[in-house]
Amino acid sequence: MKKEQIRNFCIIAHIDHGKSTLADRILELTSSVELRDMEEQLLDNMDIERERGITIKARAVRLNYKAKNGETYVFNLIDTPGHVDFNYEVSRSLAACEGAILVVDASQGIEAQTLANTYLAIEHDLEVLPVVNKIDLPSADPQNACEEIENVIGIPALNAPRISAKMGTNIEEVLERVITYIPAPKGDDNAPLKALIFDSYYDQYKGVIIFVRVKEGTLKVGETIKMFATGAEFQTVEIGYMGATSLVPSGELKSGEVGYIAASIKDIGDTRVGDTVTSVEHPCSEPLEGYKKVNPMVYSGIYPTDGAKYPDLRDALEKLRLNDASLSFEPETSIALGFGFRCGFLGLLHMEIIAERLEREYNLDLITTAPSVIYRVTMTNGDVLYIDNPTNYPNLGLISSAEEPVVSADILAPSEFVGNIMELCQDRRGTFKDMKYLDETRVELHYELPLNEIVYDFFDALKSRTRGYASFDYEMKGYQESKLVKLDILLNGEVVDALSFIVHTDKAYARGRRICEKLKETIPRQLFEVPIQAAIGGKIIARETVKAMRKDVLAKCYGGDITRKKKLLEKQKEGKKKMRQLGSVEVPQEAFMSVLKLDE
Amino acid sequence: MCGVYIHIPFCKRKCIYCDFYSVCGDDKLYSGFVSAVSNSIKRRSNKSIKVDTVYFGGGTPTVLKSSQLVLILNTVKHSFDVSPNAEITVEANPCTVTEESLSELFNGGFNRISFGIQSAVDSELSALSRLHNYEQAEAAVFNAERAGFTNISADIMIGIIDQTRKSLIDSIDKITSLPVRHISAYMLKVEENTPLDEMIKRDGSLLKSIADEDELSDRYLLMTRLLEEKGFLQYEISNFAKNGFESKHNLKYWRCEEYLGFGPHAHSYFDNKRYFEDCGVSEFIKNNGEPKITYTDTDVDKAEEYIMLSLRLAEGLDADRLAGLDKEGRYKNIISNAEEINRLSGERLVNISRDGKNLSLTERGFLVSNAVISRLMN
Repeated sequence: MKKEQIRNFCIIAHIDHGKSTLADRILELTSSVELRDMEEQLLDNMDIERERGITIKARAVRLNYKAKNGETYVFNLIDTPGHVDFNYEVSRSLAACEGAILVVDASQGIEAQTLANTYLAIEHDLEVLPVVNKIDLPSADPQNACEEIENVIGIPALNAPRISAKMGTNIEEVLERVITYIPAPKGDDNAPLKALIFDSYYDQYKGVIIFVRVKEGTLKVGETIKMFATGAEFQTVEIGYMGATSLVPSGELKSGEVGYIAASIKDIGDTRVGDTVTSVEHPCSEPLEGYKKVNPMVYSGIYPTDGAKYPDLRDALEKLRLNDASLSFEPETSIALGFGFRCGFLGLLHMEIIAERLEREYNLDLITTAPSVIYRVTMTNGDVLYIDNPTNYPNLGLISSAEEPVVSADILAPSEFVGNIMELCQDRRGTFKDMKYLDETRVELHYELPLNEIVYDFFDALKSRTRGYASFDYEMKGYQESKLVKLDILLNGEVVDALSFIVHTDKAYARGRRICEKLKETIPRQLFEVPIQAAIGGKIIARETVKAMRKDVLAKCYGGDITRKKKLLEKQKEGKKKMRQLGSVEVPQEAFMSVLKLDE
Repeated sequence: MCGVYIHIPFCKRKCIYCDFYSVCGDDKLYSGFVSAVSNSIKRRSNKSIKVDTVYFGGGTPTVLKSSQLVLILNTVKHSFDVSPNAEITVEANPCTVTEESLSELFNGGFNRISFGIQSAVDSELSALSRLHNYEQAEAAVFNAERAGFTNISADIMIGIIDQTRKSLIDSIDKITSLPVRHISAYMLKVEENTPLDEMIKRDGSLLKSIADEDELSDRYLLMTRLLEEKGFLQYEISNFAKNGFESKHNLKYWRCEEYLGFGPHAHSYFDNKRYFEDCGVSEFIKNNGEPKITYTDTDVDKAEEYIMLSLRLAEGLDADRLAGLDKEGRYKNIISNAEEINRLSGERLVNISRDGKNLSLTERGFLVSNAVISRLMN
């Protein structure tokens, strides 16, 4: 195969702007999938991805396209996750391509995520091919969308293909543009091997399958390969490319090609996304640029509702990690919740997805504690601690300074909501950076926000203040010093460790009060009065009381039918099972999550 | 000693809150039922079974003719060894009895009658879709007294739609001034699939006209106090009586004594088994009372039941009796767990006797009996 006939590209789009639908149409048009195998949104093959309409993991597929000029081209379409949590994975997928199709919804225009990912593509020197989608919608305004692309991103877009992926309109034009617009890959087949890992997954028969883009040299079956970052060596067992529905062995991959390697790899940790694969016999001297180890940004405790399911939870986490090297977990114990794991996630969406997969695919009932970020604490004796669990936050007297992570956030919304957005960001301790008008009706706002202010309900709050129109993206900026305190929650006078969290001093009172109120709503009346208190150090700053229960059922017992009474007692027992016994207080599981939704 | 319960599954009209088994019938159905239930009693006939209480419940037993009820009672007497001073109760709706019918019942052997009065306020009675008004209820009680009944019981309900504290006090005053010796007082509970339940589902604001948890509890305690002042002592969660007029039959349920039930959906506890007649009226008549039994428990856990049932009684739980029933000592903590008992008694939910042998619920404890009992049993 000639390199001139290869095109490696990805698709960038905001959620719901039609990336997966366009991918499906391209697959159809290149007859890569028999119609009978065609399932909606083929590339998103996890249930959760389909339901949420998002791509969690990158995926890739090789297609043959017979162009109008009579030549047959090989397209490697690399799907990228659109969400900020997976920013690093996106950047590695982009690094495997020479170009990107930018899909913009003709009725919505550019959104924050699109912008972030487009800039990322431009940074990687990709040719960006704009496409305006959903021209079939009555509210579509393709002209305006094209102008927005030109004004905001600064790339020519006036002659961008106007398509409807849903109806299959003008898809061929997109494919023709791919050929003329996106350059063919370059590379020397005889140079030492340099291949970029952009994804991997665990196959129970073949071990870890690595997805690579060969940049230089040639990869052959039987050869011993080495991972640059980890130093691990493996003998390749199978090499090939990704067909639309299955892997197709080809024996070798040359520079410019995209494919997979199976090498009986047991541990997915050995195959880090972004790492360079080289040959042991003819190693390259330098790895490809840009590799970094991804670190979790958000931590949360995950506990089985039923303590006996702890080993099942461990097994499930281990299985999930086979496919997701960015998931980290360590055993932890909570007085309130028993044995569980402190898990690290790339972001909130990542956390939600993992929790959902654990519950759905592994049939577990879980309690997830409030997410926490990593605080950097310098002690009076000079030690520096990284705190990912509020319970371990040191005594204020021992702290000389505390820092919290800050993100640089980008919010796009109709201009009428600017006031609301500013109010929200202010409330979340944001620092205003700048604001610019994208056109007469839309603005882009830049803020710096502490990560701990956005880890739970920020996006929901933003949506509700902008009637769902705002989009939001962020990237880590670094640490900044902050006045932080640990807020403890006491039930019946005893601290519930799983409910403790770190908060900025100025917000501690309000937050403490709100949590007490929220818990009062969630904790049912019991035989005894339950005081709910919020405390900093030993000082109580807020208090609510769940009054003692006054009555349960007092019905007549007719004709000696005591089965009814028994049923009531059984019901009581069942109800108890759904509760966590914390000292003498019964707490429903929702209570642990309800403290996350304070904005209601 | 054994009790006998006869379920008369008929009502003239079903009350909106009721989810017990009853149907509207006609004379043909009534007579078919009488012969079927009599047959069912005869089949079980055993003169070695000593009976000291007979209870006709429903439904509304008095929709049947007095002669029919007496006929069934006589069948009971012929089939079992019924003691001459047995307590023989019939439940009645005030508007289904007359002086004559009551005399016939008394002369036929019934010596206790229980009227479903519920309230002395007519608007409350119609809110419950009861057929009678208070004047009729009053007349029925006096007629019963004239007929010879000295052991008369009345039901009072708390939590009726639009009931107020004042109207409740009024009902209690009026009803206790009648010649009644026993009061059953219970709270309206919205049972699933009753007309009341559907009404509330359609119109949520109805719930607002029923007092809330705290108010209902206060009213219950108020009622307990008022009844006590008038000489009605609480002997069970929802039963109050003048001295010596406690319902012997009802006490059997709470004291884990045996009883045999006859009629559709009637429950029995006999020979360590709990079961019920698992068929409707028409099937019951078609089978001519041939039993169609469903067991709910074939090996009753006596210790567990004793705890659950005895704690509904003012007399409470006796540690020695429990120890006798609980050979494996599964529940020995109930009385010996001092911390828990202290906590509960500190909240005035239970009383423990000085010698630590007797545990009972207080009035406040009765109100939350399910929670207290299930807590004690865990």
